[in-house]
Amino acid sequence: MKYLLPLLAVLVALLFCASLLIGPAAMGLGESLRALFTGEGGPVVLVMQEIRLPRALLGLLVGAALGLSGAAMQGYLRNPLAEPGLIGVSASAALGAVLTLQTGLAAAFSLALPLAALAGAGLASLLILALAGPRGGALALILAGIAISALAGAATSLVLNLSPNPFAAAEIVYWMMGSLADRSFTHVWLAAPFILAGMAALMTLGRGLDAMTLGEDAAESLGIRPARLRFVLICGTAAAVGASVAVAGAIGFVGLVVPHVLRPLVGARPSRLLPASALGGAAVLLAADIATRLIAPDRDLKLGVLTALVGAPFFLHLIWKMRRVEA
Amino acid sequence: MLRAAACLVACLALPAAAETSAVPARVVSINLCTDQLAMMLAGPDQLISVSELASDPLASSMPEEAAGYVQNRGGAEQVFLLKPDLVLAGTYTARASVDLLRRLGVRVEQVEPVTSLAGVSIQIRQVAAAMGREAEGEALVAEFEAALAALASDLPPGEPPDQALVPAALYYPNGYTTGKGTLSDDVLAHTGFSNIGASAGVTGGGILPMELLVMAEPALVVTSKPYPGASRSEEILSHPALTQLKGRVGVVAFSDADWICGTPHILRAVAAMRAARLSAGGVATAQPEGAGE
Amino acid sequence: MSLLSLENITVRRGTLSVVDGVSLTVSAGEFVGLIGPNGAGKTSLMRAALGLLPHEGRSNLAQMSAARRARAVAFLPQGREIAWPVSVADLVALGRAPWGNADPADPAVRRALARLDLEGFASRAATSLSGGEQARALIARALAQETPLLIADEPGAGLDPEAQIRMMTIFAGLAQDGRAVLASVHDLGLAARHCTRLILLERGRLVADGPPREVLSEARLAGVFHIRAHLFENEDGLIFQPLGVIR
Repeated sequence: MKYLLPLLAVLVALLFCASLLIGPAAMGLGESLRALFTGEGGPVVLVMQEIRLPRALLGLLVGAALGLSGAAMQGYLRNPLAEPGLIGVSASAALGAVLTLQTGLAAAFSLALPLAALAGAGLASLLILALAGPRGGALALILAGIAISALAGAATSLVLNLSPNPFAAAEIVYWMMGSLADRSFTHVWLAAPFILAGMAALMTLGRGLDAMTLGEDAAESLGIRPARLRFVLICGTAAAVGASVAVAGAIGFVGLVVPHVLRPLVGARPSRLLPASALGGAAVLLAADIATRLIAPDRDLKLGVLTALVGAPFFLHLIWKMRRVEA
Repeated sequence: MLRAAACLVACLALPAAAETSAVPARVVSINLCTDQLAMMLAGPDQLISVSELASDPLASSMPEEAAGYVQNRGGAEQVFLLKPDLVLAGTYTARASVDLLRRLGVRVEQVEPVTSLAGVSIQIRQVAAAMGREAEGEALVAEFEAALAALASDLPPGEPPDQALVPAALYYPNGYTTGKGTLSDDVLAHTGFSNIGASAGVTGGGILPMELLVMAEPALVVTSKPYPGASRSEEILSHPALTQLKGRVGVVAFSDADWICGTPHILRAVAAMRAARLSAGGVATAQPEGAGE
Repeated sequence: MSLLSLENITVRRGTLSVVDGVSLTVSAGEFVGLIGPNGAGKTSLMRAALGLLPHEGRSNLAQMSAARRARAVAFLPQGREIAWPVSVADLVALGRAPWGNADPADPAVRRALARLDLEGFASRAATSLSGGEQARALIARALAQETPLLIADEPGAGLDPEAQIRMMTIFAGLAQDGRAVLASVHDLGLAARHCTRLILLERGRLVADGPPREVLSEARLAGVFHIRAHLFENEDGLIFQPLGVIR
């Protein structure tokens, strides 16, 4: 589809605006926009510039990071089930983030938070690639993912339970399901550089991932260096997913559903799927975040709940299809 | 093992004795609020143990006093082994433990959460009666009501009458607020504030979206001090929008341990809010006399 | 001009040498068949030559940079992997990647598609084709790379007789055009008829290297392959007919 990318871009732009204009405080359209751009208008300015704008920006960045890293991992592993959330990369990033928060490291040195989440995501990616590398099948990937997710989730839970802060113990849901509620520009500045750098790295992988369609040997004979490809993939995913999880928690299924839906529309070529999935991921996350505000504005509905409600049936469908192929 | 069995028999025999005696000799409290009332009302050696929370300065108004008692975690086994004649508990806390203690024959007195300043007197009398300390209870009630009446006077009248109430917001981790039908709401009402949470339609506890808080332009934000260790729930209290709001309104009060329970310590909260009201009201001549205790 | 030159290549797996001191060269104009029983080390030798496998000895290809090698040699691996349902044209166009742009409209892509009679399939999803058609699409991908040398690992496996003969003819044609092909082949009849030269491996060692007529001697067929065969020449060329197993 020739117009896919422009169409997706328009969709993302519309959802971004909707995210800015929808909220519990009823404010006029003109009033909102004037406040946003001119900074005049009392409390409306505060709502637009400090509450809704950072939330919408994070929705955009985190969604794009998840969609893109999902597409890149699937391309490298040549497996449509590879997804940062499912294979434990997000859960491990959450563990890194929670560790720095609870040890006070994040308070002492603010970059420690995204860096630790990045390290967690990077380690999990390394482990997944080692356990279920390009020659490993879907089964190895999913089993390794379950093990890493369970381990990271349990460790996160343990750290939160041992926290002296009574609120922390109840926050395992947030780290496992993700939410953009009441995030501020502090979080945007903390995460955006890592997310953007990670995404820039992942976007360079298109040619290599295309060649990987033919398998590792053929890709290497086409001039691709698999070791370098793997290195960039791990660093890019770790930076993009790690920083996303550090500020928004682990939001699952975006990296699974978005590439899956868009793949037929780009002729299945991994290189074309990368930008499309970034835009698609941003659209899905912005839409999900708007939905949490519309469905239950006073409940802080977790983003991951919505993405899982849509994503899990997709996941089952994919497994069903693979089961038939492999049988 | 044998000793444990003997203890069990002995303990099971206790309730019969406890019911006949009006004054329980061994009182154990497993609820933060009854902890504090019991400590104020108990006779010498009557109170055996209070809950762990009673020693937490962020939750309890009487952490030093609590240090003199055995601390319990409210579990039935631990409480039972303290051989209490009376267990004081809240209606919503440790339900399973309370049920189990009752089945084991222990007398348990449950108190409702206090939802108004008037309710404090009722609660003092209830706990005093259960402990057989009615006289001490009446004395405490009299003292409390006199102090409360003193604090209610002399608040500045609003310049136009409809502005008599200054908007204030109670804002806690996770955007939690307390609205109508809560003790905090009554404290605000008593000191000339309107509660933004209640105006937003929250009854009891609920979520106040930060946007609504900002749009309501409160003159006062009452919030809590953060616990040690980080939590995302508390991050909301340092959100730039809230920081700017606080900077703009200039008045911030912390709701601390004094706000949690319907005990005479709530007077300190009333006094703090009265002081805040006097400065927020902008009436320069009004002195916060009697604002202390 | 030698396009491939291997000196004393050894590949070890644990204590075992799966390729043991093999030296050979392949020059422009040659279609070299690499033959030998299962486990003789054909795949390992080819992967080592391409620098895909750690090895001792010297391979001119393994020493090149990845980018230069991709313009010097095309490789058709044994496992016919097509991970995603890309169109046949896109798949074949991947062969142009070393030359800058994997554009399905590239004339080299058209030539490769035409050579394998795949023009009608150009816009079909490669994964929806039959096994033989997929194999042809992958051969076309390697041809589109238009390198002086093509190394193919059992390119004929699973193809029907017509497709096998067409493939061998194409490879022979490449050699006649001044390029070179090194392919491992199990079908000795095809190897005998189409290859200009055969290299026989047995348990990692090179045991014969020369024209088919010489390499496929009765003694070697018996000693290495444990078969009896009838080998003769007529107007069609060299004919190889296996007759039975030697116990």
